[in-house]
Amino acid sequence: MIDLGPHAVFIVWAYIGVAIGVAGLIGWTLYDARTTAGKLAALEARRAA
Amino acid sequence: MSIETAPKLNWWNRIANPGQFVIWTKPLLWPLVIVTAVLFVVGLYFAFFNSPQDYQMGDTVRIMYVHVPNAWLSQFVYGVMTVSAVGTLVWRHPMADVSMKAAAPLGALFTALALFTGSLWGRPTWGTFWEWDGRMTSTLVLLFIYLGLIALWRAFDDQLRAARVIAVFTLVGAINIPIIKFSVDWWSTLHQPASVFRADGPRMPGSILTPLFVMFFAFTFLFITLQLKAMHTEVKRRRVIGLQRRMAQGDRA
Repeated sequence: MIDLGPHAVFIVWAYIGVAIGVAGLIGWTLYDARTTAGKLAALEARRAA
Repeated sequence: MSIETAPKLNWWNRIANPGQFVIWTKPLLWPLVIVTAVLFVVGLYFAFFNSPQDYQMGDTVRIMYVHVPNAWLSQFVYGVMTVSAVGTLVWRHPMADVSMKAAAPLGALFTALALFTGSLWGRPTWGTFWEWDGRMTSTLVLLFIYLGLIALWRAFDDQLRAARVIAVFTLVGAINIPIIKFSVDWWSTLHQPASVFRADGPRMPGSILTPLFVMFFAFTFLFITLQLKAMHTEVKRRRVIGLQRRMAQGDRA
């Protein structure tokens, strides 16, 4: 890892914050997609029955 | 009318059908994921291992590689929502309000990240995490606009009625975008004026521009990928609501 100088803590926290934010956004998008697809599949199965 | 004489639908009409939109755009998702991942790997390599210190900022210039793309997306996503709002009000395009709704949480997060990374850059550079200057204050206002629009979407049961009301509010909120863009020119702000997108070209060397542009495209592709996925989910959610209503009416009958 390169030496980030005297302000390394600000650089590292900026990247950690962005990583958490982006990971959260991806996770939430996938979770929402999965739960909605699950609800739709259940409703369509109920309708077909 | 036979199949031979039926008028051919153009792509605009075809994607007006939510089901067709999902069928047409679903194959794009995995290629977009791969392009986004490759861009992030290359961008992060350049950001940490193949770019120099800035002669004034030193290593804190590396924060710019995540700050600038998020700041760009905070405004670009609102631009997408504004075009979608026009699509909702003028053309009543069924996918326009789906796009408008899907983009709002993404825009809110990119705006929050722009403010967060900006404050972490500001502390070592300006000596403060926050200053009520034109650029920062107008970006904070943008975050509140995003949050307000998300709250409005959740306040309505009828999503089609909500779309028309929210489209009007989105267009009113769009006035903030030129204010953010030109705030550094109109007022004497702590935030520096534009240094990348300028009429006379960028004011930084190629060694810093390269990671900046790669990260810029990485975040933009991330937005496109998540926006498509969120739009597919929204189409399914509306189908769920439609089925639930029909079933409830069936139960009552």
